[in-house]
Amino acid sequence: MSAELGLAALWMAAALAVLQLVGGAIAQRDPDAPLAALGRPAAMLQGFLALFSFGMLLWVFAITDLSVKLVAANSHSMKPMIFKLSGAWGNHEGSMLLWVTVMALAGALIACIEKRLPEKTMQATLAAQGFVALGFYAFLLLSSNPFERLPVPVPEGNGLNPLLQDIGLAFHPPTLYMGYVGLSVAFSFAVGALVTRQVTHEFARVMRPWVLGAWVFLTMGITAGSYWAYYELGWGGWWFWDPVENASLMPWLAATALLHSASVLAARDALRAWTIMLGVVAFSMSMLGTFLVRSGILTSVHAFAVDPERGSFILALLTIYIGGALLLFALRVSTVSEGQRFAATSREGALVFNNVMLSAILGIVLLGTLYPLLTEAFDVRVSVGPPYFNPVGAIFTIPTLLAMAVGPLLRWREDNIERLRAPVAIFIVLIVTTALFTVLAKSDIGILPLLGLAVAVGLGVASFMPLRGRDILRVPLATWGMVLAHFGVAVSLLGMASESAFTKEKLVAVAPGGTTELGGFRITLEGVEPVAGPNWTAMEARISAQRGAGRPHVLTPQSRSFWAPAQETTESALLTRWEGQLYAVVGNQADDGRWQLRLWWKPLVTLIWLGGLLICLGGVLAIIGRLVADLRRRHADRREAEEREEMAALRANASSPTANWEAV
Amino acid sequence: MRWTLWVPLLLFAFFVGLAGYQLSQPKDEFIHSTMIGKPLPVFELKPASSSLPGVSTADFRDGKPKLLNIWASWCLPCIAEAPQLEALREAGVEIVGVAIRDKREDVDRFLEAHGNPYSRIGADHISAIQLEIGSSGVPETFVIDGQGIIRHQHIGDLRAENVPELLENLREAGQ
Repeated sequence: MSAELGLAALWMAAALAVLQLVGGAIAQRDPDAPLAALGRPAAMLQGFLALFSFGMLLWVFAITDLSVKLVAANSHSMKPMIFKLSGAWGNHEGSMLLWVTVMALAGALIACIEKRLPEKTMQATLAAQGFVALGFYAFLLLSSNPFERLPVPVPEGNGLNPLLQDIGLAFHPPTLYMGYVGLSVAFSFAVGALVTRQVTHEFARVMRPWVLGAWVFLTMGITAGSYWAYYELGWGGWWFWDPVENASLMPWLAATALLHSASVLAARDALRAWTIMLGVVAFSMSMLGTFLVRSGILTSVHAFAVDPERGSFILALLTIYIGGALLLFALRVSTVSEGQRFAATSREGALVFNNVMLSAILGIVLLGTLYPLLTEAFDVRVSVGPPYFNPVGAIFTIPTLLAMAVGPLLRWREDNIERLRAPVAIFIVLIVTTALFTVLAKSDIGILPLLGLAVAVGLGVASFMPLRGRDILRVPLATWGMVLAHFGVAVSLLGMASESAFTKEKLVAVAPGGTTELGGFRITLEGVEPVAGPNWTAMEARISAQRGAGRPHVLTPQSRSFWAPAQETTESALLTRWEGQLYAVVGNQADDGRWQLRLWWKPLVTLIWLGGLLICLGGVLAIIGRLVADLRRRHADRREAEEREEMAALRANASSPTANWEAV
Repeated sequence: MRWTLWVPLLLFAFFVGLAGYQLSQPKDEFIHSTMIGKPLPVFELKPASSSLPGVSTADFRDGKPKLLNIWASWCLPCIAEAPQLEALREAGVEIVGVAIRDKREDVDRFLEAHGNPYSRIGADHISAIQLEIGSSGVPETFVIDGQGIIRHQHIGDLRAENVPELLENLREAGQ
């Protein structure tokens, strides 16, 4: 019954999406038409129904209803509850339902609380949101129904891929989707503004917190995904330039550019067309990512639904939405009046530079990701990896980072670089000294890690420079957000550079009781014992790691065997210290009784994800800061309006003696 | 400058065209053997059955394309592909077998139960030849041209739809 309720809710939500589209479209001609008033309620109810439907999916997974095809194919009655629930989105259909649920909720939220824009633009925005949602409802209902029943229930489910039976699955996809799909709001705003031609700084102010919110979730999702891959796959790597990782990086790059160009639009009313373009591109990249993952067109670790038919369906959706938005852009944007002008040396100038660079990186990642698709058309098979992405990306990333250090110090409209001589000098000196010391310490360091370390240190200090000479307590929250986010980038970069420059790796065969050395640790294999979990058994190694005369730490990497489905996984063990991580993986036992151990010492590696969290925190502070400032401004506007009215009333009274007399 | 506004749409249209084309192409997930185009390694195998002669590289150099079937009596998919081999034999194809890690009496029993499409069967007791020609499992079928050059490799059991494909491959190898 619950599956049928979920399916019914989904159909109703799709019907409401139609209503939302029609209502919004009618409102463009006649804002007072009865249907036009239904746009907002339809969006809210649609959000509720989608959430209800998703709740029903969680429920059938929670009770392991094996008459539902999706549960039978992806779950197992013996699985721990948390993985039963997270398994609901660990497959194509469920994750698509999560996608439309987030999309519907985002639409409901803007319908519910966003009242700052002209109603006509708002209606067009909601119509666009409904239109996009409609396509994805159609996709779910027509080709990927998550609630499909089996003619005969099966006695037991197939189980979930053991690599996914991890707490990472509980966090990574939902946060990533909130980011991915949250960008649909920016897309709809951009389309709405194109329809009504109202691209103003107020529009940017309204759009900005939504973009920030989606961007924070996206950052969180990528950070969580990277850490998950790092400890779960047992390869010791944290980024593989896999097509699907790129698919999450591309919307992030576009959203980052969008954030900055929206700032210019909000503060200075410039970059109108460009901001609209980025709004369209950001969500387009999300949809493109979905297409790449689900069509099986590229080979990737994430490709979970290799199905050309589904691929064609999503490609059709992409054509309608991205193609439609770009067509609208080409036809309409020239009628959006041009914004304010500014000098090259100015805050705007630096932000434009940042935008160009971020777009270039986006282009490079996009090209690298789609290149195999292009060459396969000529029957040439290639795999594009780090040898392309790292150096080519760095060409544009390093100037971006330099601009990040200097840009926030510049004034709006026009500035003189002479004024910044001192901070720029400090920045350069820091970079050069760090580089020198690093080369002295490790002469065979690669050029990219070296540049990374030097720029990270320089940027880390420079990111706090916007605070110099200011009363710390009176600095706006949004500025703190920027400082923290930029500092987070520096921290993350330091982690990446340090990891790639200083990692030590060792593959050894150790007998129980045997010892080896790595990164200053004495590592002893105390023993290997079988252990059992709820749906797996494992050989667990007890490894003690000791530094000098310090306290020994115990690591317990496992080699796990799941029985539903039958699969072996390696569970790495991590010892986290402030200065790095010791990473241990246990392999097979050799004939002579010794065990294979794979060990890494990764200095400062945790900074990669700590930096990611700092970036998120910066984003959150910026949202709060913007919202508070907006509330204050609106409050002040209202007060001002009230005062003006009072004054007008008084003046009117003063000019009419009778009224004055009556009032007395 | 107005034409620049159309650039994103054009780029996107190009992507859609490319992706659409790729989606419509049958996806070839096979990793092709690097042995294609190379001559067979030199070998001389003793007979694996009591009725048929053994196999040597020289047998493949008589100018006539043949199939080389790597199989074993203990392999279940080999039973499944027996009718397809029979059909190929009826179509006039000469099939040379190599039995992997097998016993003579088991091979005889298999041929009796599932038919004998082979002209000769060699015994490869330690998978030596199998590994040398780039085969990692049973059954596998190779198309060898008249000069003893490997022209095509089929991994896994032969299904009904593979029969015309192999006939086509043999025809090409004979040209």
